[in-house]
Amino acid sequence: MLEVTDLVVRYGQATALDGVSLSLEPGEMVALVGPNGAGKSTLVNTLSGIVRPAAGSVRLDGRLAQVPEGRQLFAELSVADNLRLGAWRAAGGRARRDPARVYEVLPVLRDIAGQRAGTLSGGQQQMVAVGRALMADPEVLAVDELSLGLAPIVVADLARHLRELNAERGTAVLLIEQNARLAFDLCARAYVLEAGRVTAAGPSAELAESPEVARAYLGGTTGTEGVRER
Amino acid sequence: MSAFLTYLITGLALGCSFALVASGFVAIHRVTGVVNFAQGTFAVVGGLAAGSLLGRGLPHGIAELLAIALAGVVGLVVGIIAIGKRGTPPLASLVITLGLGILAYAVEIIVFGDQPISYQMVPGAVSVGGAQILTQYFVVIVAALVTFAALGLFFGRTYLGKALTACASNPYAARLAGINVLRMGLLAFALGGLLGGLAGVLVTPLQPVAFDSDVTLAINGFAAAIVGGLNRPGLALAGGLVLGVAQSFVAGYLSGAYQTEIALALMLAIMIFQAGRRGAVVQEAT
Repeated sequence: MLEVTDLVVRYGQATALDGVSLSLEPGEMVALVGPNGAGKSTLVNTLSGIVRPAAGSVRLDGRLAQVPEGRQLFAELSVADNLRLGAWRAAGGRARRDPARVYEVLPVLRDIAGQRAGTLSGGQQQMVAVGRALMADPEVLAVDELSLGLAPIVVADLARHLRELNAERGTAVLLIEQNARLAFDLCARAYVLEAGRVTAAGPSAELAESPEVARAYLGGTTGTEGVRER
Repeated sequence: MSAFLTYLITGLALGCSFALVASGFVAIHRVTGVVNFAQGTFAVVGGLAAGSLLGRGLPHGIAELLAIALAGVVGLVVGIIAIGKRGTPPLASLVITLGLGILAYAVEIIVFGDQPISYQMVPGAVSVGGAQILTQYFVVIVAALVTFAALGLFFGRTYLGKALTACASNPYAARLAGINVLRMGLLAFALGGLLGGLAGVLVTPLQPVAFDSDVTLAINGFAAAIVGGLNRPGLALAGGLVLGVAQSFVAGYLSGAYQTEIALALMLAIMIFQAGRRGAVVQEAT
């Protein structure tokens, strides 16, 4: 589905990604965790085609749509127009631009369709951002920071929607997330990205047991290792 | 009474011409975030080209349309130079448009000469409440209203218009959605050129246009456009009308020497007011 091999991205002298490889199978949910500045957003922007890699390759069967960090809605436009513009690339004219198919998956959006996107709450905005990405009918959905700045109850709702999408439509999800607990909970497999390199990869359950990962991303130690460093 | 009516209607027509220049500022700024200082040039090119083509015997209608199309091409060329290189900051683009506007003087003098040009478009006058008013004033008013209605529909109702708005609203998200932001910006510059050309073609029969008329046209158009923060066509129209009527009354009852000063004073007052208000909003948000 998605195969990233030895990807290198540089911004001038700075190397943002230094030989990153990862893969995503059809219908799979995979998490990408890591600290700020690790290169997570650079990676998705490269997958979206708006950052050019210096080396390496991205092979993608089908369409990838991104839910960008910070929602990035068109604040002056209505929710419905935000959704319609998500189908800009899709061929098929007026019918492809009808947001009705997204309202079926995210019914909340139908109620706020006429509101200006800039006036919505953070959770509603994130919902619109997901809906806008879905308008492109993607086979892969790359979600950059699902939970950032949102209340836990809102995050839980969004996570449920992602799970449903994945289960019912078979949309593969690449979830970039600072909240590793949420990421490991949602996704069967995960990669850890640090300073532009993949430092750990594998089933989420195994990663969650690993002392290094637990210490760095789960805010403490695992049950198996009771050492606490100060 | 008849003097009052004359001043009012000529003022409205003047305001409509300002509003047409303003609409070009708005079309470009709304999409690219660039304040286009060559906007007056587009109007001058439109007026000079129409006069020159009519002088060569082209019939009315065709000459004017060709002149507007030429202004559109000039707009596109200015756009390519000003924003064609990806990542050019809007302020750099602004300075480029300023430079191109000055460069255009030389080209205009070579192509059209340095003498003011005027021509008659729709001859005759209409009697309104005892006042004789040139038919051309009504042509300007009707053309402006039709243009603004069309612009409103285009930006507010069409998919392409929404995409253009999206580019200014959030260029990053627009690129993620697959919208070619650069191409949209060039489209906006071409549209700005067409609107400027239309303004020039309509105004030239009322006041002769020379290569250096762009400053006056641009100042008045900018003053009108700034009412809507350079982004709102409807408010730009309102701003143009207020400015035009004010200038017409001052010229009629006091002196015609202060027209540009009125525009500058209005512009300053609005910009200071908006700067103050924006500060308040930012403070509330943080």
